[in-house]
Amino acid sequence: MTQSGLVIDRDRSEIGETAVTGGHWVEVGERDARYALKTQIGRLERELSAIVADAFPHISPELTDAQREAIGGPCLLTLEELERTRDRLAGRLQDMRRLAAHRVEYERSSRELLERMKLEPGRYKFVRLPVRDLGQGGCGVWEVRPRLGLIGMLAGWWQVKLSSGCPLLEGPRVRAAPGSSSLTQRHRATLERNVARRHLV
Amino acid sequence: MRSDPPPPPDRSETGQSGAPELELGWRAREVEQELPELRLVVAQTRVGRPGSVLAGSPSGIEGRLHELSNRFRGARAVAVRREPVPAAYRVFFRHIGLDPDVVRTPIEEAALERMLHGGFLSGGLLEDILLIALVDTGVPVWALDSEAVDGPLGIRSSSEGEPLGRSSGAPLLPTGRLVVADASTALAVLFGELAPGHEVSAGTSGLTLFAIQVSGVPSLYVEEALWTCRAALEGP
Repeated sequence: MTQSGLVIDRDRSEIGETAVTGGHWVEVGERDARYALKTQIGRLERELSAIVADAFPHISPELTDAQREAIGGPCLLTLEELERTRDRLAGRLQDMRRLAAHRVEYERSSRELLERMKLEPGRYKFVRLPVRDLGQGGCGVWEVRPRLGLIGMLAGWWQVKLSSGCPLLEGPRVRAAPGSSSLTQRHRATLERNVARRHLV
Repeated sequence: MRSDPPPPPDRSETGQSGAPELELGWRAREVEQELPELRLVVAQTRVGRPGSVLAGSPSGIEGRLHELSNRFRGARAVAVRREPVPAAYRVFFRHIGLDPDVVRTPIEEAALERMLHGGFLSGGLLEDILLIALVDTGVPVWALDSEAVDGPLGIRSSSEGEPLGRSSGAPLLPTGRLVVADASTALAVLFGELAPGHEVSAGTSGLTLFAIQVSGVPSLYVEEALWTCRAALEGP
């Protein structure tokens, strides 16, 4: 049995030497096995956290209801319970690695698609590709659209455009009517800025 | 699984006056053997501010919370589980049978609340001070009413049907639950709820603060968390 290895020979650990500590017989072998299991659990937990943090928000550590119900309160775990914890964690880590690999592959294929869209937009008419699929943050979407609307559609003038950012929480911005006070104020502010800039120059 | 009577506490730190400042709590033998790096660090303090500790925070404390809210943004909330101290608590949760993705560690719970509410909201002086210490250091601190504590605090396993606290309607604990206890009674579940009737109330003047140090958390962080709480409670 090794303390850092992934496999623990339980048969050997159970017949390990014993020692007297404070009047209590303690199975040194089992204690070593528990220590090794805890080390493994720590390593698995850190790797799991790294995957979740790196792949946020695409990979979530959500558990099933059954897994949630299996969680009790804080207690000292037996060797068997530690083994189960380690095995569960190893299983979840494997799932997460698979999801992360899948995600990397998905983003790679999305980037390739974007390159193809840019090279031959006419072949990808109205195809939309969210920037999230490329592993980037934000709400932008790459889309193949006709240049000049209907004219572009008829003439076959296609282009790839990146939409603007996330929609506002309060909905689309209301356009002020010409001559309204808000527009006048904005216009005045712009004029004042331009005048100030001219003075600075 | 009830442990032996607690031994006298260790004195980990002493102030300049020679009076004990921070104490190490006792640990039951089975806890010490199984979780040798687990420590309970205890500090006694008296409220030096006028008014109740449950009342609203003064502007200085609220300003500090606001400043922390600005520093603690989404990117950090996501990455907090990778920071050394929060990661150490996550690992420890696994070691004691808790899944930190179900029962969140205190700092991750605070991060989630920060994200949900758009900031660290003020919940009263004591709550704010404990939150500031937690966000600053990653170390959770709990507070008990000193008058409701009987003797030194320590960590042990509960026995079957043992009450959580001394009040008449105290909830009963299952066997083997890790608890923070005084000489006679369990006062809090480890990383969990405090015993009813032992929490800090509006009239509390003396507080017993305690923090739980686990493997991978430097003592400096624990001491800093407790000192932050003490300084904020004692002084204006």
